[in-house]
Amino acid sequence: MKLLTHNMLSSNFVKGVTKGFPLKIMASKIEEKEVDFNPEFISRMIAKLDWPALYTAAGDIKKAEGLPETITENYESNEDFLKIAHNLLLQVEIIEGDLICPETGRKFPITNGIPNMLLHEDEVTGDK
Amino acid sequence: MSRRKLKRKELESFLQDVDVFEKPKVLLEQYPTTPHIAACMLHTIDTQYNQLEDKAVVDLGVGCGVLSIGAAMLGCGSVTGFDIDEDALATCAENIEEFEIENIDLIQIDICSLLQNCGKFYKKFDVAIMNPPFGTKHNSGIDVQFLQVGLSLTTEAVYSLHKTSTREFLKKKAEEWNAEFEVIAELRFNLAKTLKFHKKDTVDIENTNPAHVQTDICHITI
Repeated sequence: MKLLTHNMLSSNFVKGVTKGFPLKIMASKIEEKEVDFNPEFISRMIAKLDWPALYTAAGDIKKAEGLPETITENYESNEDFLKIAHNLLLQVEIIEGDLICPETGRKFPITNGIPNMLLHEDEVTGDK
Repeated sequence: MSRRKLKRKELESFLQDVDVFEKPKVLLEQYPTTPHIAACMLHTIDTQYNQLEDKAVVDLGVGCGVLSIGAAMLGCGSVTGFDIDEDALATCAENIEEFEIENIDLIQIDICSLLQNCGKFYKKFDVAIMNPPFGTKHNSGIDVQFLQVGLSLTTEAVYSLHKTSTREFLKKKAEEWNAEFEVIAELRFNLAKTLKFHKKDTVDIENTNPAHVQTDICHITI
């Protein structure tokens, strides 16, 4: 699971959870892959993402060093910033660990890089 | 991958190497998308609509990953594959590794659970691609639900495979959502080779004419 994906994942569909975001990351195995740097794509994604949640997630896996707490101004033309974001969003991968719901503490396991967001029947919201 | 564009035939030939479901589950309607259909669909999206290169793509019901892998080969920025089934995702992960593709991420999730509220996924992707369940195995309407989730997750377009026999129904649905619905190609989808529908004598089935389902590649936008 890449942090790009983590930035879109929430546990809001669990019964009783309102926001469920960001999910805390407890990682036991992390790898870094090599993905082609595409500044145009990264810039467009940054505009859609929740930067504070990315900053928190980076902290969870001890990768926040050198990462600005807020988005740099005119980041589209700041290659250094885009490269840091590219590495964090696309190259860092959580292979094993857990995602933890900030409201209930419910754990969603990550196995072989795939987070399991399935719920037990009694966790599903009835009114939806 | 080099930036030289793959031709449709080349893409199709690469996609022949994507492993398919070991034991397809009838209830989940796990018909693999054939390399031919996948290549036709992706090549059309790429050349006619220019909606793959550098795009953030979501694949709903990723299965063994043939559409996702093809989309990655045609230069999309990222692909996120959603599926409910652990076994399909495991095969998909192996395929992705085999193809040495690094920009596909997988999530095990019930796509229908995103129908009422897709949370932070809302409009995060540019384009959705999918070969949804047909909704003929006690899960009537699931194809429409996949489309609805696709529309709420994306900003540009949803591309989806459907039985031609459901075309008029889907057109009406699209109207209800104020969406534009267009069939961009009509193909034959060979089902009999993969799911054997509980018949005992498989040899017999292999000797009969495979059942073809007339399939539409649909393009839906809001």
